[in-house]
Amino acid sequence: MNTTKHTISILVNNQPGVLQRVASLFGRRGYNIESITVGKSEEEGLSRMIIVTNGDHHKLEQISKQLYKLIDVIKVIDISANPMVERELALIKVNAEPSIRPEIIGVVETFRATIVDISPKSIMVQVVGDSEKVKAMVELLKPYGVIQITRTGVAAMIRGV
Amino acid sequence: MSTQTLKATNKELYAKLMQPDVITGSEILLRSLLLEGVDCVFGYPGGAVLYIYDAIHGNPDFNHLLTRHEQGAIHAADGYARSTGKVGVCIATSGPGATNLVTGIATAYMDSVPLVIITGNVMSTAIGTDAFQEADITGITMPITKHSYLVRDVKDLSKIVHEAFHIASTGRKGPVLIDIPKDVSALKTKFTYDSKISIRGYNPTVLPNKLQIERLLKAIDEAKKPVILAGGGVVYAGAQNELLKFVTKTNIPTITTLLGIGGFPSSNDLWLGMPGMHGTYTANKAIQNCDLLIGIGARFDDRVTMKVEGFAPNAKIAHIDVDPAEVGKVVETAIPCVGDVKKVLELANKKAKPAQSEAWIEELQKMKKEFPLKYEDGDNHLKPQYVIEMIHETTKGEAIVTTDVGQHQMWAAQYYRFNHSRSWITSGGLGTMGFGFPAAIGAQLGNQDRLVVSINGDGGMQMCAQELAICAINNIPVKIVVINNQVLGMVRQWQEIIYDNRYSHIDLSGSPDFVKLAEAYGVKGLRATNKEEAQKAWQEAMDTPGPVLIDFIVEKHENVYPMVKQGSTIDEMLMGDS
Ligand SMILES: Cc1ncc(C[n+]2csc(CCOP(=O)(O)OP(=O)(O)O)c2C)c(N)n1
Ligand SMILES: [Mg+2]
Repeated sequence: MNTTKHTISILVNNQPGVLQRVASLFGRRGYNIESITVGKSEEEGLSRMIIVTNGDHHKLEQISKQLYKLIDVIKVIDISANPMVERELALIKVNAEPSIRPEIIGVVETFRATIVDISPKSIMVQVVGDSEKVKAMVELLKPYGVIQITRTGVAAMIRGV
Repeated sequence: MSTQTLKATNKELYAKLMQPDVITGSEILLRSLLLEGVDCVFGYPGGAVLYIYDAIHGNPDFNHLLTRHEQGAIHAADGYARSTGKVGVCIATSGPGATNLVTGIATAYMDSVPLVIITGNVMSTAIGTDAFQEADITGITMPITKHSYLVRDVKDLSKIVHEAFHIASTGRKGPVLIDIPKDVSALKTKFTYDSKISIRGYNPTVLPNKLQIERLLKAIDEAKKPVILAGGGVVYAGAQNELLKFVTKTNIPTITTLLGIGGFPSSNDLWLGMPGMHGTYTANKAIQNCDLLIGIGARFDDRVTMKVEGFAPNAKIAHIDVDPAEVGKVVETAIPCVGDVKKVLELANKKAKPAQSEAWIEELQKMKKEFPLKYEDGDNHLKPQYVIEMIHETTKGEAIVTTDVGQHQMWAAQYYRFNHSRSWITSGGLGTMGFGFPAAIGAQLGNQDRLVVSINGDGGMQMCAQELAICAINNIPVKIVVINNQVLGMVRQWQEIIYDNRYSHIDLSGSPDFVKLAEAYGVKGLRATNKEEAQKAWQEAMDTPGPVLIDFIVEKHENVYPMVKQGSTIDEMLMGDS
C-alpha cells in the first residue's frame, strides 16, 4: 500500500462545534492532519475546510465515508485526485542586520516573495505558494536565523469548471 | 411517522398537543416527545432539569419512570428500544447526571440502538464558566453519539426534537443527545410543530444499486460453498422475514452473530449458530471453508473475525449494509450492497435461485452432528449451561432474554434457542457489565404481555442492582437470574487459559446474599444449588406474578467452549475436555 498526501475539501454547516466534530473524528480514528483551514464558503451558512492528510486508498475511502456520517458534513472531495491549485501563505521573521539585508532581499525576490515589515534587526517575509515553495523559502532563509514562522495551512481548489 | 400514528390513534391528544399555545421550553419538550409517540421515559431529576420535571408533574399524558441511577435509566431505554424497535428516551440532569449516562450512550452507539437522550445543562449565560454541575456533555459524547444538539434558542426546540428522532431511527440507527440549558427550559414561546424534515447533510441510502444485486445473485449462482453471516442489522431493519425467504430460496447455510441472534430462526436446519471467539465449531469452519461469504447487517467485528488476515481465506465477500463506512472497513469486499437490509433482500428475493450447495450443506450437517455444543453434566454440580437449557425448555424459547456480560452471556447465546427477532438483548459491541438487568426492565415495559428473563453474572448483577427497587415499586415482573459462580468468570477463564492460572482479582466471595438483597428491595428471592432445586425454584419464579430473583449457585471452574484465543484464526478452536 502506498501512502500519499491528500488534500480534501469538506463542505460543512457553519454550526458551533463543527470543527470539533471533524477534528475529533480524525483524532479518534487515527487519521493524520497535516494542516487544516476553515473559512466561509460561497454559500451562506456553509463553511469549507481544507484538510491535508495522508494515507493509502483504503484509508482515504474510510476518511471520506466516516466524514459523511457526520450530520453537519455536506460534501467531501479529494481535491488532490484532480488537477488543482493549492496555496499557502507563510510569514517568516528572519534575523537581518542591515549589512546582510541586500543578500536576503535577493533571495526573497527570486522567490517572488515580499518583505512586509522591517525593523532594526529583522525583516518579515511573506511567501505565497504551494507547500513545496513555502518549504523551500524557509530552508533558504534558515542560514540567516529564522526567529518565527507562521503558516496559514492550505487553501485549495480544483482547476476548471 | 410517529406523529402520523398518534394523529391516527389518538385524535384528541393530537389536537390538544398541536394547539399553538405560548408555553415553556419544558412543555414544548414534553409535547414534542408525545408527538413522536413516546409512551415511556426513563429518568432522574436534578437542578438543571427542574423545569422539565415540573412540567412532567403537571402533565397527565406523560409517562415517566424514576430509576435509581442514570445508568439504569439509559440501559432501560436501550432495552426498551431494542425489544420494541421504537426510539428509547431518557432524561438526566447536568454534570454528574449527564456523565452517568456516558457508558449507556457508548453501549447504544456501538450496537446501533436508537435513543434520544435529554440532558439539562446550566444556564446559557453560565456555560463555559465551570458553573455548579456544569459538564460539556455534547463535547464528551461527540465520539459516541450519532449526533448531538445544544439548544440555544427555545424557538428551535420542537424542530430539534423532531430531527433527533428522525436521525436516531433512520439509516444506521444510534443515540442522539439533546442538551438543554436551564433557561431554555423555562423560556416561553408559541408552540409550533412542523412534521417535515429536511437535513441537508443527512440522506441515508435506502435503495441499493441494482447492479450490485445482480452481481450478488450471480455470485450465488457460481458458488459451491456459500454462507450467510447475519448480524444485528437484520434485526434492526425488521428484515427477519425477508432473510428467511432469501435463505429458503437460495438454500444457503446461515450464521447469526451475537447481535444477529433471533434474526434467523434457530429451529431452521440451515442455521449453523454463532461465529467467532465462542462460536460453534460448524459456524467457524463454514466461514473458513466457504467460497462466498454474504455479510448481512454485520460489521465483521474483531470478536467475529479474530485474526483478520486469516479470516475466510477462500471466500469472495459480499456485504449488505445500510452504513457505507462498514463496507470494506475490515475485510476486502468484492460485492458491496449499500442500502436498507430489508429493501436489499426484498429486491434480491425477486430473482433469487437455489445455490448449488447440496454437497456443502451435507458436509456442514455432518459437522453439526459430530461437533455440537456440549458440556459435561452431572448430578453433583449445578452447571450454568444446564440452567440456561432449563430456562429455554420451560419457556419454550418464547421469552425475551436480556443478558449481562461474561461467561453467562456466552452460555445464554449458545444454549437458549431463539426463533423470534427482538427477543435477545445483549451488549455486544461495548460489552457493558451492568447492562442486562436494567435493559430487562425497559424490555418489559415495552412488552407488557411477554415473559422477560434477565440472565446476569454475580459480578455484573452488582453493577446495577439498585434497580431492584423500581421492579418492586412498579411491580415489573422481570425474572432475574443470577448465574452465581462466585467469580468474574470470563476473566477467570482468560487468566486460566492465557495467563497460566495466575488469578488476579477475580474472586467475588463476600458478595451480598442475592436472595436477601432482592428481599431488602421488596423483590422475591429464591436460591438453588442443585438441579432439583433449580427446577423447583425456576418453576416457582414462573408461577409468581411479580418480579423474582433466582440465585443459581453454579460450578465455579466451568469454561466457555469453543474458544478461539486472540491472535488465532477462527478455526483454531479450543474445544474443552468434555
Ligand atoms: C463495566 C465492565 N467492567 C469490566 C468488564 C470486563 N469483564 C468482562 S466479563 C467480566 C466478568 C464478569 O463476571 P460476572 O458478572 O460474574 O459474569 P461471569 O463471567 O462470571 O458469568 C469482566 C470483569 C466489562 N465487560 N464491563
Ligand atoms: Mg460470575
